Amino acid sequence: MSSHVEFERQLLRELAPQVLGALVRHHGSFDACEDALQEALVAATTQWPTQGVPTNPKAWLITVASRRFIDRYRSDAARADRERALAILASADPGAVSPVDDTLTLFLMCCHPSLTPPSQVALTLRAVGGLTTAEIARGLLVPEATVAQRISRAKQRIKASGTRFRLPDTADRAARIRSVMEVLYLIFTEGSTASSGPTVNRVELSTEAIRLARQLHVHLPDDGEIAGLLALMLLTEARSPARNTPSGDLVPLSEQDRTRWDAAAITEGTALITHALQTAPIGPYQLQAAIAAVHDEAGRPEDTDWSQILVLYDLLTRLAPGPMVTLNRIVALGMAHGPAAGLEELRAARAEPAIAEHYRFDAVHGYLLDLAGDHAAAKECYAQAARRTFSLPEQRYLQSRARVDS
Amino acid sequence: MKYLILIYSNPESRQLWSQLSAEQRRGGLEAYTTLNEALAATGELIVTEALADPTTARRVRVEAGQATATDGPFAEVKELVAGFYLVECDSIDRAVEIAARIPEAAMGLVEVRPVMALSGFEV
Repeated sequence: MSSHVEFERQLLRELAPQVLGALVRHHGSFDACEDALQEALVAATTQWPTQGVPTNPKAWLITVASRRFIDRYRSDAARADRERALAILASADPGAVSPVDDTLTLFLMCCHPSLTPPSQVALTLRAVGGLTTAEIARGLLVPEATVAQRISRAKQRIKASGTRFRLPDTADRAARIRSVMEVLYLIFTEGSTASSGPTVNRVELSTEAIRLARQLHVHLPDDGEIAGLLALMLLTEARSPARNTPSGDLVPLSEQDRTRWDAAAITEGTALITHALQTAPIGPYQLQAAIAAVHDEAGRPEDTDWSQILVLYDLLTRLAPGPMVTLNRIVALGMAHGPAAGLEELRAARAEPAIAEHYRFDAVHGYLLDLAGDHAAAKECYAQAARRTFSLPEQRYLQSRARVDS
Repeated sequence: MKYLILIYSNPESRQLWSQLSAEQRRGGLEAYTTLNEALAATGELIVTEALADPTTARRVRVEAGQATATDGPFAEVKELVAGFYLVECDSIDRAVEIAARIPEAAMGLVEVRPVMALSGFEV
């Protein structure tokens, strides 16, 4: 892809949510505006390469999309509900809201509680991320038709819910923003695939999630959890160059080549989380980011401050308990106070079926047994974990641990 | 996560189907249509297909770079895959809930298999 085509693509993706926000604010109908925007984006990708990028590309897109919207509105109105459409137009209140709020309102609309998580993900990537249906499908590893259907159903559902394009009341807003964060983290984890296959044309969803979290952070800089989410993503993504072998196998944290970690991302993530912890009420994303920061600042695995990680997991257990948190805390305990302490705690935790049945239970058990020197029993646990995981790279790794001679 | 829901058929189920009245058969097909629409509406459906009769299947073998296709040894097999759904949903409980709406579930011929993912936790 030549650089100016890539530049135009990036520009269109930057502008897409701003243009959509302006359109919906002015015309009122989210689904029709989204259709109009898609048509304007297609027009831009065909016209700009030959005629050049307009001086004010955002205004150009708004004009073209508005024209498409009005064309469609006229033909629709001729057919049926002219009055209803007129009422919507009359109720729209252009100019009352800043463009900054537009993007935030779009985020909240795409993560509307009436939508299922897969629909929220698809709509957010399209309407705020400015990705095409095909790009989203390649990122999510599902057929394009599935994504197209999720988006069109989501738009219908938003229309049916009668949601107006404006920021929800403060009371409602916190819960809605939490669901936006969940959607962004879901996009991020979907993107953290260990696949090392050809990535040509494949949109990196983890990069996209970071870009979106950054936008959200710009709009709400004082929200500690949003800062924590962005920091968590940066500090996790920083390790990705060292996370896989060229053949796609997982490299555990303790064996990664730390010189390949992204130092700039670590610096940015650490600064973000440090500031958030000092200024905002603590929350689960901040704690997870703080744990990632402690890992990332250790130059060698043996320099890792496991006592601090344990303290952070203690807090996380209180704020956001769950099987994964319990199991990760036990690993930290084993590292800080020795495998015997970890194994004892693991035996106690086993009473909880959600933990005993969790596929990570056997992996943690194997890890602690290895540390304790009981390699034969550890191998059995790894073999059991390999049978229970739902991740191919993890399964390959666990199988290799089950085979290893030690 | 993605789940593959497999629908099997066996001699009893095939016989039962052939004995249904036209109306009963229509009811069965309607159950599928309703389910497909519901899954499309939630965005959970990725693909669903019914498979042709096993007598039309081919077993493929490559030897010394040569592919040969023979009629499958399926005639002797009692339970055969008759169709499938590939869905994406929150949990296996939800996948089981979907599977329970498939008419063949009344005969115990529906199975839910989790699909392996490419993403994984850092170990």
